[in-house]
Amino acid sequence: MKIIYTDVLVIGGGLAGLRVAIGARRRGHDAIVLSLVPPKRSHSAAAQGGMQASLANVVKGQGDNEDVHFEDTVKGSDWGADQQVVRMFVNTAPKAVRELAAWGVPWSRVRQGDREVIINGQKVTITERAEAHGLVAQRDFGGTKKWRTCYVSDGTGHAMLFAVGDQAIAQGVPVHERKEALALIHDGSRCYGAVVRDLITGELTAYVAKATAIATGGAGRVYRVTTNAVICEGIGAALALETGVAALGNMEAVQFHPTGIFPAGILVTEGCRGDGGLLRDGAGHRFMPDYEPEKKELASRDVVSRRMEEHIRKGHAAKSRFGEHLWLDIKLLGRRHIEHNLREVKEICHYFLGVDPAEQWIPVRPAQHYTMGGVRTKHTGESPTLRGLFAAGEAACWDMHGFNRLGGNSVAETVVAGMIVGEFIADFCESPAGDLDIPTALIREAVAAERARLDVLLHGGGAERADALKIEMQQIMTDKVGIFRTGADLEEAVTRLQGLLVRSRSIGLRHHADGPNPELVTAYRTQKMLKVALCIANGALTRTESRGAHFREDFPRRDDATWLKRTLATWADPSATLPSLSYEPLEISAMELPPGWRGYGAKDYLEHPDTPRRVEELQRLRERLQGADRHRVQAEIMPYEHLLPERFRGLNERIDERLP
Amino acid sequence: MTENTPAPAAAPRKLRFHVLRHDPRDPESVAHTEVFDLEEAAGMTLFIALNEIREQLDSSLAFDFVCRAGICGSCGMVINGRPGLACRTLTQDLPADITLAPLPAFELIADLSVNTGKWMRGMSERLETWAHTVEQDPDLHRIEATMDPDLADRIYELDRCIECGCCVAACGTARMREDFVGAVGLNKIARFALDPRDTRTDEDFYELVGNDDGVFGCMTLLGCHDVCPKSLPLQTQIAFLRRRMARMALG
Repeated sequence: MKIIYTDVLVIGGGLAGLRVAIGARRRGHDAIVLSLVPPKRSHSAAAQGGMQASLANVVKGQGDNEDVHFEDTVKGSDWGADQQVVRMFVNTAPKAVRELAAWGVPWSRVRQGDREVIINGQKVTITERAEAHGLVAQRDFGGTKKWRTCYVSDGTGHAMLFAVGDQAIAQGVPVHERKEALALIHDGSRCYGAVVRDLITGELTAYVAKATAIATGGAGRVYRVTTNAVICEGIGAALALETGVAALGNMEAVQFHPTGIFPAGILVTEGCRGDGGLLRDGAGHRFMPDYEPEKKELASRDVVSRRMEEHIRKGHAAKSRFGEHLWLDIKLLGRRHIEHNLREVKEICHYFLGVDPAEQWIPVRPAQHYTMGGVRTKHTGESPTLRGLFAAGEAACWDMHGFNRLGGNSVAETVVAGMIVGEFIADFCESPAGDLDIPTALIREAVAAERARLDVLLHGGGAERADALKIEMQQIMTDKVGIFRTGADLEEAVTRLQGLLVRSRSIGLRHHADGPNPELVTAYRTQKMLKVALCIANGALTRTESRGAHFREDFPRRDDATWLKRTLATWADPSATLPSLSYEPLEISAMELPPGWRGYGAKDYLEHPDTPRRVEELQRLRERLQGADRHRVQAEIMPYEHLLPERFRGLNERIDERLP
Repeated sequence: MTENTPAPAAAPRKLRFHVLRHDPRDPESVAHTEVFDLEEAAGMTLFIALNEIREQLDSSLAFDFVCRAGICGSCGMVINGRPGLACRTLTQDLPADITLAPLPAFELIADLSVNTGKWMRGMSERLETWAHTVEQDPDLHRIEATMDPDLADRIYELDRCIECGCCVAACGTARMREDFVGAVGLNKIARFALDPRDTRTDEDFYELVGNDDGVFGCMTLLGCHDVCPKSLPLQTQIAFLRRRMARMALG
């Protein structure tokens, strides 16, 4: 049996995983990154529009700071987020942009003087300040009060991933490519690494580590229509779930992006609307102002996607031979802007639709896009129930997005979480808690169990076909666990998914090689994906309210009185067909921003009795602190800085907020 | 609005795929071409077609896709003799007979899957494709250093490379010299030479690419330039780099 020992095992080679590994490496710990694919092919590369960080360099970002970013993010989350984690995030995001700038990311820069932009369908001239010339530029995105999204044309994720990937090479971080973790090695309280399969040779290896970090991204591929890459199958979440000890948080919180191209579901960036693009219906009418007079096309994604589907239901869709859709109009931005700032969009339209977006509208319809839920962790990134298991990025729920993530906050989260969790992992490795004392029997048994599972699939003679089960699961999720949800649909989904899960235990293969065998990969992943799908569907069925992206037609109001809590799913019994759900409350008495109206979307919600009390308390506090600077006020209301690793504490300098 | 509505579908074409198959780890495997027949569908890409072949005809067919949106560079293969990204190749732009082969010059994993990742990591380590900055630990609390907006755009233009390997597969030199860094490597050197954050001098770059495995190995056949899926200005960059490196060599 082959065993590889290291300090830190990172599962997933996207931005979050690479940044975690670099952080641990810089503190002197050995780290190995496992990746299904060459790391620069990770789905992080597909983030187009940019990352939010309150640098306030552009004139439309003036006045932006951590407070405004915090408020936008909490409102975006529909109060589902952990507000201390959001504070940690917004304070670190500017530092992340600046670190990446130093590492060579070619951020688009501010040019002083007049420039013409499109705001609300109108040409407007704005004047950038001379003192901002050459600093990192920001564009507008949905659900934000200020222009805050830093970008590299519309290839932001690509440029970030290459800079961080090359930095990992510079730091000598080994990436073991085409390796897949099949199971975590643990004893019920401590995680010791993972059993890993080589996707080329089929060989199993035990990777034993002080700390194991899951950074495998989202679970979009449990849906049929998704913007996600084909490797985003929620396997990291399943690995944690299958320990029976670690929990998944808020898996029912699934984001649908308004502008997947129709019908392929490939993403075109929110930057299209941020830069002034409009949504139009089958008649060419710009319909968003009718629904959302305040934010129009730039309300949060959950709201825009719902309004689009609502408008389609009312019979206003455009029709093509593939079905009904709406239009995204970026013609008005002009060819120069499109070829300069939206060039990936232009390529995607050209190759997949045969459309020139400077001349024609783009057919779009909402598509699954982001998994707000994930492996539940503390603010350090560590599982509260399985010591030594960490998670970061989309795979994690630490929980900064609550029930809806803002555009530009995910690619920001990957690097910010990587920075923060990387430091905490290094702390862990240096502490007695990180000491490794593993019985070799545990390793041997874990490898033997996986070998046996693979052998059953390869030679057990099962009659079920993995790809058929997978396609049916994806169809159920898209049809029944989508943007509009009802109790009846969700019940049907849960029942049918349970049936598929039972059948998945009798999968057999037509091709029996143990090396590069795509059918075998589909088989064991489908078994895992079905469990993740059941966490989503069952969580959605049980949550009888609407919050953020989780919308129940039979319970259309947000219900703070009953549901201001996080869903936790665990799967202790491998033979069960449903996860066990429990709930952890969000304490209003500790919130910096008590629940209220988001500023867009539905205005009615059921208030929690603690809300008026907290509002009043905060009012008194603010009166008492009148005249104090904003950092002092914030620290009195909801202290968080002590939670950050020391090197990431401290203020962020801006043109209008100079540091001494 | 009807401007984007496609014309009504005629009777679908019958496509015939000729796919090169081989498992180099299987001692009994011999490289051979296998034929798969598939009915064309509207908007069908090679991503869709190959997945249909795998689902319906042969579950063992190996190939690589990740983003399926032309962004990640995973699916480079030789399509009717020409290296390109399979995911964004529409079958409607190809004849009914479609020949698919793995990219040459890379280690074969199986069938259409090649190990570009290993090659690219080796190239990056050799050429040290990261910004060599003076300051290892910049003060993250302070406002970032400024950069000319046009220069940032020019760096991004070269930074758009997705390391798909098409340029290497289309390169005459790479077929003859195993250690040739390819247009992908030379483009990276050009990218970092342009970046003021990288403190390396022309002498340093000469050490890396001033030889026949580097910029002097290029025979100017420019296959790289013709096949680059991101339309990078490889021809200009190689010529520019060669002049600069030749000046170095002549002192």
